Amino acid sequence: MSASHGHAASHDEQIKHTLEHWAHEPFWKKYIFSIDHKVIGLQYAICSMVFLLIGFGMMLLMRWQLAYPNQPLPLIGGILGESLFPGGVMSPDTYNQLGAMHGTIMIFLGVVPLSVGGFGNYLLPIQVGAHDMAFPKLNMASFWVFFIGGMIMMFSFLAPGGAAASGWTSYPPLSVTAQNAQSYWLVGMVFLITSSLLGSVNTIVTAIQLRVRGLSFMRWPVLVWAQVITAFLLLLAFPPLEAAGVLQLMDRLAGTSFFMPSGLVVSGEVLQVSGGGNPILWQHLFWFLAHPEVYVLILPAVGIVGEIIATNTRKPLYGYRTLVYSMLFLGFTSFIVWAHHMFMTGMGTTLSSFFQATTMIISIPSVIVLTTYLLTLWGASIRYTVPMLFALAFLPMFAIGGLTGLPLGLTASDIHLHDTYYVIGHFHYVVAPGTLFALMAGVYHWYPKVTGRMFNETLGKIHFWGSIVSINFIFMPMLLMGMMGVSRRLYDQTVYAHGAAGQSYNLVMSWGAWALAIFQIPFIWNLIVSLKKGKVVTEENPWGGTTLEWATPTPPPHTNFLHEVEVFRDPYQYSPNRNLLPQFVKE
Amino acid sequence: MNPTPYPLGKLPLDISTHGAGIDQLIVYIHIFMAILFVGWGIYFLYCLFAFRERAGHTPQLEEKHFSLPKYVEVGVVLVEVVLLVFFSSPVWGSYKNDFPDRNEALVIRVVSEQFAWNMHYPGKDGKFGKTSPQLMDGTNPVGLDRESENGRDDIVTINNLFVPINRPVIIDLTSKDVIHSFFLPVARVKQDAVPGMEIPIHFQVTQTGEYEIACAQLCGVGHYRMRGQFIVKTPEEYATWMTEQEVELANELGDAPPAETAPAAEATPAAAPAAESNSEEEGK
Repeated sequence: MSASHGHAASHDEQIKHTLEHWAHEPFWKKYIFSIDHKVIGLQYAICSMVFLLIGFGMMLLMRWQLAYPNQPLPLIGGILGESLFPGGVMSPDTYNQLGAMHGTIMIFLGVVPLSVGGFGNYLLPIQVGAHDMAFPKLNMASFWVFFIGGMIMMFSFLAPGGAAASGWTSYPPLSVTAQNAQSYWLVGMVFLITSSLLGSVNTIVTAIQLRVRGLSFMRWPVLVWAQVITAFLLLLAFPPLEAAGVLQLMDRLAGTSFFMPSGLVVSGEVLQVSGGGNPILWQHLFWFLAHPEVYVLILPAVGIVGEIIATNTRKPLYGYRTLVYSMLFLGFTSFIVWAHHMFMTGMGTTLSSFFQATTMIISIPSVIVLTTYLLTLWGASIRYTVPMLFALAFLPMFAIGGLTGLPLGLTASDIHLHDTYYVIGHFHYVVAPGTLFALMAGVYHWYPKVTGRMFNETLGKIHFWGSIVSINFIFMPMLLMGMMGVSRRLYDQTVYAHGAAGQSYNLVMSWGAWALAIFQIPFIWNLIVSLKKGKVVTEENPWGGTTLEWATPTPPPHTNFLHEVEVFRDPYQYSPNRNLLPQFVKE
Repeated sequence: MNPTPYPLGKLPLDISTHGAGIDQLIVYIHIFMAILFVGWGIYFLYCLFAFRERAGHTPQLEEKHFSLPKYVEVGVVLVEVVLLVFFSSPVWGSYKNDFPDRNEALVIRVVSEQFAWNMHYPGKDGKFGKTSPQLMDGTNPVGLDRESENGRDDIVTINNLFVPINRPVIIDLTSKDVIHSFFLPVARVKQDAVPGMEIPIHFQVTQTGEYEIACAQLCGVGHYRMRGQFIVKTPEEYATWMTEQEVELANELGDAPPAETAPAAEATPAAAPAAESNSEEEGK
């Protein structure tokens, strides 16, 4: 007994020493080139939220062209430049650039870095009771490599020919023959992927090796599970795309033909390439990443929603183990469904039967995940905080996103719906009112812990209600327009009779998008102004959470904890008398 | 009288023989989705109201086990298996595999390019002449060698696909440059056109009219206007149109007009739409 007491005392001494040392570090070491996982997490979060705003802004411009084809953009059309907006009207090439970069930015510079880099970095070490990541310098490197990748993507707009314009999927031969910044895009991707790889190794090692005493795997908070599974997906799925990116770069710059068949005739000229390649190979390599990527986008959101629902229902999560096994199964299965993105490439019945079947199978754990959360609500005492509103909204929105995947996963219905607006509606329901709402929930939920200030509740509620209503005006009409067979990525769909027939939906979507933009103003305002004006939060556990981040001082110091912590029980436990049994309280 | 083949928010008109199976599947899945969503939704809204935090309300902490969700889950699995095995697979299998006899079907090569659809008909002999990328240019979009064995009588149209009703059609689809996707919304046909591959598809239509070919895969700056005409005629009208093409071709090449031709007076240049430029404004 005394031995362990002595150990704890020396441990606390060590923390004190580390904190003193850290206090004397210069500003740039503490906040810029920092090795503190919380600072790096915030760097990731702030950067990615700025990128999200930029990617969203691009879509707001495109939405004008879609709603009012070939009309000059009001107010700003004239100042955006003659080359991109001749006469104030967005050119088709500009539209394609913005479209490709919207997807790239939202996924690779926005959602993933926010959910994995931001929330993962900040919360995962604390939730396992660690003082930092296992490899703090690697962590710093991961952020800066991401930052360079992001800058390459942004500055590629200045390259001759403009930014990449072949969609975020960059299918060759279009991408290989494109006379624009496609090469920058590929180099940028290599940086972003490298960053993800560095981060994922760190996450896995930290979560497994730096667990405090008592924290067995089955006591991990849901968010830790989600982050670890996500890290494995990133670790295993990203390298093929990194390799494929280098191959495409070779095709563009070194005259190889990995993805280029012989006998191509572009602009009436026979293309001088060595030939013999296959453009479908790229699609396999791309989707081998990009389908697991979908779960990279979803799983951290599922984790965040789990934490918030557990905290605000004031009762244990229903079926914690089932939830964990479902997420593991999702992660594994996500590697064997990729070719359902390619049913229309000429795939025969043998291969497509396999991918149809796996796609139906993967819907099962998704339904289970949703069910465990819904059942958690039964018999709860639901506290409608702003983060809880967003977390609850995640459930039906993610359900729509998931369900609309079914007709796309079955080959026969996919014949009509493939590459139409139905697809756009489907994955936006998953990622926008799904994942992004979960991320916003997370931002609100951990805001008092991170900043030591409370956000403004009223502004938060305006943000929530405005967003949930307007976002459905964007994505619900997309599903209907997809039914009509309107193709995605059209600069002006009124060229087609069946497109013109659905044009009225574009007006609804565009006004919905602009309304959504307006309702993000209270959010941004809230985050910034509350830093100074928000009510000061001094208690460690303002929401009554049960996981280790609520055992830290608010805001957490460099070492996260001031004393040695230990875990005594499963997460999300409550007792009738105390109403709360955090993991870290012995009782 | 159909006012429009493209009603708002609904599936477009279907004039194909195989499309009913696709539409049926789409409708059934959406009914299934709606049942699940409404079911969950009612439960969800009830929970949000009944279990809201309020004075005197305490959460139920004891571990409860629900068995209903298990049945729902099993039900979901069963419905998915049924949709997959009995609805999706047969339609898809027939779409991919049950090709009509090439000797009886109308076989057309479709060669896509930025940003046009080139239709290559085999002509009177029913056989395609040789094509080669080296011969492709503005006036010879499919690179047809007129001197090759079966190439003299081949008909090429741009952006206008003429087919007769009630006859199986096979399209051998390929692309000159980048990946396009050949989409006939009213015929429930979609297939990527991949350069370096010639992919056959087949369909049969039952209703005449002028419809559209859409490009469903981003193919560059003119993707949005890569619209073709899908013109469905009666067999008689189709035969007349084909004869006109043959006469016109014969005049062009200075050959003797085909044997059972209509009077020469009718053979005025009728292929006006084919004159549309097909390769303007390529990606710079």
